Amino acid sequence: MIDRYTAIQAILRRVNPEDLVLSTTGMISREVFVTNDRAGNFYMIGSMGLLSSFGLGLALQFPEKKVYILEGDGSALMSLGTLPLIATESPKNLFHVILDNEAYESTGSQPSISSKVDLDEIAKSSGYPHAVRAEDLESLEDALSDWDTNPGPHLILVKAGIAPVEGIPRIPHPPTEIRDRFKDQVSPESLTK
Amino acid sequence: MDSEAFWGVLKSRGLNFFAGVPDSTFGEAYNFMVRDPDIRYVPAVREDVALGVASAAYFAGGLGGVIMQNSGIGNIINPLTSFSLMYKIPVLLVVGWRGYGGPPNDAPEHWIMGVKTPEIFDLLEVPYQVMEPDTLESDLDGLLGRIIEQSVPGALIVRAGMIS
Repeated sequence: MIDRYTAIQAILRRVNPEDLVLSTTGMISREVFVTNDRAGNFYMIGSMGLLSSFGLGLALQFPEKKVYILEGDGSALMSLGTLPLIATESPKNLFHVILDNEAYESTGSQPSISSKVDLDEIAKSSGYPHAVRAEDLESLEDALSDWDTNPGPHLILVKAGIAPVEGIPRIPHPPTEIRDRFKDQVSPESLTK
Repeated sequence: MDSEAFWGVLKSRGLNFFAGVPDSTFGEAYNFMVRDPDIRYVPAVREDVALGVASAAYFAGGLGGVIMQNSGIGNIINPLTSFSLMYKIPVLLVVGWRGYGGPPNDAPEHWIMGVKTPEIFDLLEVPYQVMEPDTLESDLDGLLGRIIEQSVPGALIVRAGMIS
């Protein structure tokens, strides 16, 4: 087990300034915000389940940029059909992280079904060329390093315990500000409307 | 109007990135689009997935499109309200209007959404335009103008038999 917050910090240490980091609704976005709030982060503060398809679209629109998708098991299960779609489109610049705590922690840690479902196996059979399970920090670091030599899409299932961190604030930026600074970051030449 | 002319109008407005789920309303126009080398199309597994994919075009300075049947409106209400309308991320929805006119037209599964389609867009304050082949260019420009001005999704609603 790796604490989700620890895993998020390990992932964000690997992120280069030009990379895009997309995070799902709830505690994952809030922990990304606290760890490293940057213009290239898109906090999807609603629309549970939509993150992976938005990430696929961005990976296709910006093939020269690395796109990290950070979602939970609940979010991944909600849009399971997106896994084979990502594998079919197969963007080399996409890195998909499922932080699996087997629970809906943001709403009170109600159990999800992922304790009985191997999401990494589903990703493999969906056609992800690289899909691994990380039970500790070392295997997470190895999987992140694997992207340096092997093109994506990669998927890593991080088995995370339920470990609420005190004092994580809500994201203070209004939605349109999250949008505008992200847009200015990815395509500064396009006028923000 | 024929498929080539229809897509020609959309492409001339800079629309070349689409994701969606097919509908018989579009007939051959769907197959034409999939084969068109000028259009990047992602065959999404659901309408909400298509909305997520297509919305990325906005961040590259463009406008994405979603191909869908009106029965799929139910699948996009959450992303419309808590993503598209909240962040103000525009996208063009090209919606096949099954069940137009209500019963006994079309199959029973389209009767309710067939009648409710315009009302749902009204309720969500999503601008829409029912396609008329003779005035497609000016109607589309009007719709795209509202989409860009308000920075919201907008729907081009297509009845059966409009595109061949």
